[in-house]
Amino acid sequence: MTRKLTNLTLKVWRQSGPNDKGRFETHVIESITDEASFLEMLDVLNERLIAKGEEAVVFDHDCREGICGTCSLMINGQAHGPQRATTTCQLHMRSFKSNDTIVIEPWRAGAFPIVKDLMVDRSAFDRIVESGGFITAPTGGAPDANLIPVPKPVADAAMDSAACIGCGACVAACPNGAANLFVGAKIAHLNLLPQGQAERYKRAEAMVDTMDEHFGSCTNHGECSAACPKEISLDVIALMNKDYRSAKFKNRKELSRN
Amino acid sequence: MSTTTTPSRAPVSGTAVASRHRKPFLLDLYGTALGKKYAMAMSGIALMGFVLFHMIGNLKMYFGAADLNEYAEFLKKLLYPLAPKESVLWILRLGLLGMLALHLHAAWSLTVLNRQARPVRYQSARDYQEASLASRSMRLSGIVVVLFLAWHLLDLTFGVVNTIGADGEFVRAEVYANVVRSFERWPVALFYVVANLFLGLHLSHGAWSIFQSLGWNNPRFNSWRRAFARGFAAIVVIGNVSFPIAVTVGIVSV
Repeated sequence: MTRKLTNLTLKVWRQSGPNDKGRFETHVIESITDEASFLEMLDVLNERLIAKGEEAVVFDHDCREGICGTCSLMINGQAHGPQRATTTCQLHMRSFKSNDTIVIEPWRAGAFPIVKDLMVDRSAFDRIVESGGFITAPTGGAPDANLIPVPKPVADAAMDSAACIGCGACVAACPNGAANLFVGAKIAHLNLLPQGQAERYKRAEAMVDTMDEHFGSCTNHGECSAACPKEISLDVIALMNKDYRSAKFKNRKELSRN
Repeated sequence: MSTTTTPSRAPVSGTAVASRHRKPFLLDLYGTALGKKYAMAMSGIALMGFVLFHMIGNLKMYFGAADLNEYAEFLKKLLYPLAPKESVLWILRLGLLGMLALHLHAAWSLTVLNRQARPVRYQSARDYQEASLASRSMRLSGIVVVLFLAWHLLDLTFGVVNTIGADGEFVRAEVYANVVRSFERWPVALFYVVANLFLGLHLSHGAWSIFQSLGWNNPRFNSWRRAFARGFAAIVVIGNVSFPIAVTVGIVSV
C-alpha cells in the first residue's frame, strides 16, 4: 500500500566551493510517495530547481543499490540517515512522516573537504589503501580451487571485513573524525587470510601511519559501527590495534638486521 | 644514444622500510595516535589498580582507628627491613604520578588531534546512536577526577584544607581522625560522593576501552568486557562513596 508524504521541509546545505562558508537552504516538498528513495526525492527537488533556472543541489551517487559506497549525506544528524545498515540510496521516504523537517549536511572531516554542496572529496581513503601496497601472489598457471585451505570462520570474518564499501560514514559519524573502522576493515580483510600474511606487518604499519596523517583517533564510542551500512564490527579496530603494535616491534627487529 | 636507468625504489621486503630520521623506538611509537592509545590504556590499568587498592585499604576504617592507622603505617614499611622505610612507597608514588602525567599528556594531545580532524563542526544537531553518556564525557569526568585528586591531597595528605585537631595541629599519621573530621563537614562529604560518581563514569567507559585500545579481543570473552568495566566501576564507587556516607550518618565517628 503506497502512501503519500506531504509537506516535508528540507534544510539542505549549500556551498558553492571548498572555500565558501556555506549555509542551509530551505525547500518544501509538498507531496511525495513513500516508495521514493531518499535520492529520488532529491532528484525531484533538483528537477524543480532546474526548471526554475536555479542551480541543482550537488550530491554524490552512483549505483543506487547500496554496494558502491558513493552516496553519503548526514541526514538528521545520522550518517546515511535513520535506518540501520543502509546507505542513503537505499533509504526510502517511508522512514519519514508527513510534516517532518529533514536536515541534510555533507560529511564533515578535515580529510574530506567539501567539493560543492553535499559532495566531499574522500580521496584520503585512496591514499590509505595505496599505502597498503600489494600482496605477493604466485603467477603462472591457474592454481586449483581451494589449493590454500582457509578455515570457514576465518573466511567469514575476512569476508565481513571485505564488505566495507569505503563510503566514509564511519568518519562522518565519529565524534573525533577518526577512520579506524575503515582502516581496521581494510587491514583485517587481508591480515586474516593466508594470502595476506607475507606483507601483513608492513601493510599494518604503512596504512595506520597514512591514516594518522589525515584522521583523528578512536575513543571507542561505537558510532562508526552503528552508522556503517555494512555493519562492520568494532572487532576490526581491535585487530588493527594489535597488528600495529606487533608490526612496530617486528618491523623494528627485522630492520635492525640490515 | 639512449641510456636506460633503473628507477630507484625501496627494497621489496615483508617489513617496512627504515626512514632516515628515526626517533628512539618508544618515542616513535608514542608519536603515533595508536601509540598514545596504548599509553592511555596501560597508564589506565596502573591507575585502576591504584583506585581499587586505595578503596580496599580504606575499608579498614570500618574496623576502627587503630586498624586504619596501622594500615597507613604498614604502607610506609612495605618490604621493610629489606628496603628502607618509605622507599617502596615512594617508588609506587612516583610510578603513579608518572602514569597520571602520561595519561593526561596522551589525553591532551589526542584531544588536540581530534579537534584538528574536524575543523568545521556539524552545523546541525547530531543524533548519536551508540556513544554513551560515559564515553562522551570522558574529558569532563577526567578533569573532575583530577581536581578532586588535588583537593583530596590538600585535605588528607597535607592537611591544608582539613579542620585542625584538638591540639591545633594536623597530624598526618592520625588518618582515621583526619578522615572523620573532614567528612563531618557535609559539603565536603557531598563533594566526595559527587567526585566518585564522576570517577565511576570515567571507569565504566575507560575500563572497557582498554581492551579495544590494546587489541585484547577474543570472541569468547568479548561480551564480558563491558560487564567487567561496569562491575569494576561499581565496586570502586560503592566502596568509596560509603566512607563519607558512613561518617555523615554516624556509623564511623571519633
